[in-house]
Amino acid sequence: MRGGGMTPATQERLVAIASPLAALLAWQALADGGVLDTRYLPSPWRILLAGEQLARSGDLWAHTRASLYRLAVGFALGAVPGILIGMMMGLNRFLRAALDPLIAATYPIPKIAVLPLLMLVFGIGDGSKIAVVAVSVLLLSAINTMTGVLGIDRVYFDVAKNFRSPPWKLFTRVILPAALPTVFAGLRISLGVALVVLVGAEFVASRAGIGYLIWSSWETLAVEDMFVGIIVITMLGVVTTQVLKECERFFLPWRH
Amino acid sequence: MTAKIRIDALTKRFGEGDRGHLALQEFSLDVAEGEFVCLLGPSGCGKTTVLRIMAGLEQASSGAVVTSPPPPGRPANSMVFQEHGLFPWMTALENAAYGLEMRGVPRREREARALEFLARIGLVKFRSHYPHQLSGGMRQRVSLARAFVNDPDILLMDEPFAALDAQTKLVLQQELLALWEAERKTVVFVTHGIDEALSLGDRIVVMTGAPGRIKQVVPVPFERPRDPASLRADAEFGRLSLEIWHLIEREVQAA
Repeated sequence: MRGGGMTPATQERLVAIASPLAALLAWQALADGGVLDTRYLPSPWRILLAGEQLARSGDLWAHTRASLYRLAVGFALGAVPGILIGMMMGLNRFLRAALDPLIAATYPIPKIAVLPLLMLVFGIGDGSKIAVVAVSVLLLSAINTMTGVLGIDRVYFDVAKNFRSPPWKLFTRVILPAALPTVFAGLRISLGVALVVLVGAEFVASRAGIGYLIWSSWETLAVEDMFVGIIVITMLGVVTTQVLKECERFFLPWRH
Repeated sequence: MTAKIRIDALTKRFGEGDRGHLALQEFSLDVAEGEFVCLLGPSGCGKTTVLRIMAGLEQASSGAVVTSPPPPGRPANSMVFQEHGLFPWMTALENAAYGLEMRGVPRREREARALEFLARIGLVKFRSHYPHQLSGGMRQRVSLARAFVNDPDILLMDEPFAALDAQTKLVLQQELLALWEAERKTVVFVTHGIDEALSLGDRIVVMTGAPGRIKQVVPVPFERPRDPASLRADAEFGRLSLEIWHLIEREVQAA
């Protein structure tokens, strides 16, 4: 098939845009035609209207802000100590031997399972949600950072030694940049897990947040609002992942 | 002749007992100030181990390497590593200036000195490139730069051109000789290429297979400055090349 002077890349891009649009149109048509039960699957247009109403009332922003705040603070409180602990574990075999069993024992715990415990400690407010996100992120970033440090090619240490790097410069100029790609890989995984844990926590124990919006819409059978919540939390995931990618581009210019 | 480097009965054993491996046995060699010595031998003959002990990257099991102290303010030795020795997260300029950075030379000065060297090897245009953006030949030029810019008393080279294609290798040998003619540093160059050793060295130390010992030291008679390309047309080059091959042939077969 000739594409009327379009490059193959342009053709593919057009198809990639057209196919989800076609799916949306088909969904709308099936909902309007009565084929779909709109009590469970409302039409895209009705979801859009519901979203507009939620946005106008200010509820949507309030929920988004609550989730974003918990995600950001929990992520930072988990990632920073997680990376530090992982670095130290990677660099010091005694610390590694001491902490490895602790991490091995706590890592398999589904973090949402300790939410009630965290609520006892941090209360039913933001604190417990932030804590459950932080714990999930901390373990994942510690493990990935340690893996990154342990995986550094020996030749870089040889070069540093032959050129007599002082310990601090060995860390900032060799160990840190060499481990950073794996650290970022860990952060990307952590972000995905953090979103899952956050929504779960907001389902059961919250008065605000996108998870709460989805759950309370279910309880009141406001199916359109539920879809709005799902879309917003997805967008939150996409945007935060993109922010992380930009950070990576900034800190790892040599990878691009 | 004053010995710049005195290697005395160097022995290196890796591991313990039956599982152990004797890599190097009673290896002794004197290298004169300003001399270019090539260590030649089959894979696994311990030639890189000699170099790594000299570079402080490995401890000898017994024996010693004694070098006369470097002039004040200059490092004793710098090593040019095999491929993949450059830091992927540093630009060509940062890699070249690495030794000076570690010695605490201020940024402006170290970058000026590194840039001056990059100019000599035709890489100024590529100063902001990362290693993965450079060809194999350019990367090894930057590796040379990293060692030369550090201005060490002794240069240690561990098969720096082994991974390059034949033509690029020849060009880099020419460039290395030109750089060396200008500074006449003491060089210990590890290679498994007979042609390379004949093109570059003043003497070739032919080693046995493991455990590495000296099989024979072959003086290289060619005048300097040399051109590695035209040397290959020299009848003496061919004769020596064959002679050295006969020395190591059985070692290679056994390896």
